[in-house]
Amino acid sequence: MGLFDDYHPLKGKMFQILKPDGTLHPIKEPPLSDQETFQLYQKILFIRLADQKALMLQRQGRMGTYAPIHGQEACQVGSAYVLQKGDWVFPAFRELGATWMRGVSLKTIYLYWMGYEEGSRAPEGINVMPVSIPVGTHPLHAVGVAWAAKLKGDRMVTVAYFGDGATSKGDFHEAMNLAGVFKTPTIFFCQNNQFAISVPRKIQTASETLAQKAIAYGFDGIQVDGNDLFAVYVATKEAVEKARSGGGPTLIEGVTFRFGPHTTADDPTKYRTEKEIEPWKPLDPLVRLRLYLKGKGLFSEEVEKRLIEEAQKEIDQVVIEAEAVPAPEVEDIFKFVFSEMTPQLKEQMEYLKGTLG
Amino acid sequence: MGVKKEFFIPLTLIVSPAFAEAPARRTRLWEVELRAGRRQGRGENIGRKELTMSKLNMVEAINLALREEMERDNQVIVLGEDVGREGGVFRVTDGLQDKFGVDRVVDTPLAESGIVGAAMGMALYGLRPIAEIQFDGFLYPCLDQITNHIGRMRNRSRGRFTCPLVIRVPYGGGIHAPEHHSESPEAILAHTPGIKVVIPSTPYEAKGLLFSSIRDPNPVVFLEPKRIYRAIREEVPEGDYTIPLGKARLVQEGKDVTLIAWGAMVREVLNAAEQLKNDKIDVEMIDLRTISPMDVETVVTSIRKTGRGVIVHEAPKTCGLGAEIIALINEKAFLSLQAPIERVTGFDIPVPLMKSEHYYLPNPKRIVMAVKKVMSF
Repeated sequence: MGLFDDYHPLKGKMFQILKPDGTLHPIKEPPLSDQETFQLYQKILFIRLADQKALMLQRQGRMGTYAPIHGQEACQVGSAYVLQKGDWVFPAFRELGATWMRGVSLKTIYLYWMGYEEGSRAPEGINVMPVSIPVGTHPLHAVGVAWAAKLKGDRMVTVAYFGDGATSKGDFHEAMNLAGVFKTPTIFFCQNNQFAISVPRKIQTASETLAQKAIAYGFDGIQVDGNDLFAVYVATKEAVEKARSGGGPTLIEGVTFRFGPHTTADDPTKYRTEKEIEPWKPLDPLVRLRLYLKGKGLFSEEVEKRLIEEAQKEIDQVVIEAEAVPAPEVEDIFKFVFSEMTPQLKEQMEYLKGTLG
Repeated sequence: MGVKKEFFIPLTLIVSPAFAEAPARRTRLWEVELRAGRRQGRGENIGRKELTMSKLNMVEAINLALREEMERDNQVIVLGEDVGREGGVFRVTDGLQDKFGVDRVVDTPLAESGIVGAAMGMALYGLRPIAEIQFDGFLYPCLDQITNHIGRMRNRSRGRFTCPLVIRVPYGGGIHAPEHHSESPEAILAHTPGIKVVIPSTPYEAKGLLFSSIRDPNPVVFLEPKRIYRAIREEVPEGDYTIPLGKARLVQEGKDVTLIAWGAMVREVLNAAEQLKNDKIDVEMIDLRTISPMDVETVVTSIRKTGRGVIVHEAPKTCGLGAEIIALINEKAFLSLQAPIERVTGFDIPVPLMKSEHYYLPNPKRIVMAVKKVMSF
């Protein structure tokens, strides 16, 4: 029996490999080598610090509204790590971790949140789509790309990231249904962080799990401990390999927690208490990995201090570079709307230029 | 002897032979249209037929365009409800699945937003999808994808990701259809940045404009005036020819007044123009072809010549394209005007069901009245 049979959502088991205390469930060998685990820990730490920095920049007026990822790092790092070069990633708006892992520079990511359209342009060869804000609308694109790749005979997969809230949207259901019918190599990765702004998961749907929604569409779903880097990695790897070899789509529900606000414009104290948040703190993906690495003799306070220093140095440098980017030209807002500017847009641009002294 | 038991039926069920006949043609236009299509599809095998017949109606012209383009470019893929096995409820895609297979002519689940969103994904990856939305009234679920993503992706990503796709939609009234099957949403689409909106008015136009739409690197919504799907037959060449987007058609030259229309209204305007000859009014007629981006130059040149204008559209009056055209003329040719420009339009109401539809649609009588008003200002 495979992973998706063992953890069929209606069996009520959540897939976990690394326990919150940093020890492994009985397993032949860890899914990631010590070196990989250490390096991924380093990356998660970097993402956490970059995320915190973005929050601070917004509070200082140096960045626009920002959606923090705090707590969801293992979901994004563990899944993104599986993908190959030709695979495409479709983020929602809380995927600093996944998009950075897939090759979008932190500078580009910061530029987006600072209000530069340039921040949505992934370099050639980096197949990461821009942020998609209308909730639940982008999994359709992931299905379409996967479908096209399948028709062309390319062995690639697409991953769409979204939250628990998105699973209530019509477009999400249309995407899942199309993926099931046409067996597209699409991974639907739901980061169930327990909240859609203030609306808790229990109100979002009467389904016991989000993973089981895949059953209705004729394919596998699996609920994993989203704060367990190893479980996320293994589940995604199985789903990706299945998709790549023609086995069709999978829905992965990563159970995690949004420690921060929905965005910097949100005040979560209005709808949740410290008491509700407390139980999730020991489940923090960073905490767990630290304990695991400690157990392997791969962690110490000095190591942590060094990793933090290096990360902060790099982040600070990125901020300097991002803030040095000049203001966009007037042409910028007109010239990318169509492949060639229409007469109307040319005229409107000239008019605007004329008003700018 | 004696009457058989079965002959005795309640009086209310006894119908006269006249009543039992098919009702008057007018009220069954909708179904006649569909049946005509089915007969055509089954009997004449549009798909496989050698084109000895050069006079095509719009359905046949579009079918031909799709066939030829799919032959020319194997990145083109057609998807939508009932487009494959049935060949489309209007038979526009008839025969295509037989020729190109189920992978390239795809029957999709019933999911308009899904069809269009998935088509966007296909376009992102390098295919040239042609998504069919079965009727105008069902385009609205797609507006989220069209407005929020399809029209924006090129701009959002600075050109890194683009959507070369076509969304084909039979649109417009005049076929006595049920509710939601007679919409004219072109103003909503024209108000949406990043997409082009194209409306053919004849079979020849349809093929040339469709080729251009498919080949355009930008997303195009191609609205097909279903009222005249079969009403006009004309010479439509085999092989490649394109009609450029963004360029209007001067249907006929005249010196007295400029009439501007598109889609099925072009035929109504031509009808009115014929009548106006009796009043010695010489009409210049423009078929816009591309609603957005509009060929403003052709319109302005004409208004500068005639000084008078009437715009005709089925869509509701308020905020229809008529208002936009008048604003543009105001900007560019105000001093040429001899009279305020008139609009002959639908009303700010849902298109009525068939018993009242004739109240709604602009017709030659209303067009003639508007022209005379403008001429006597």
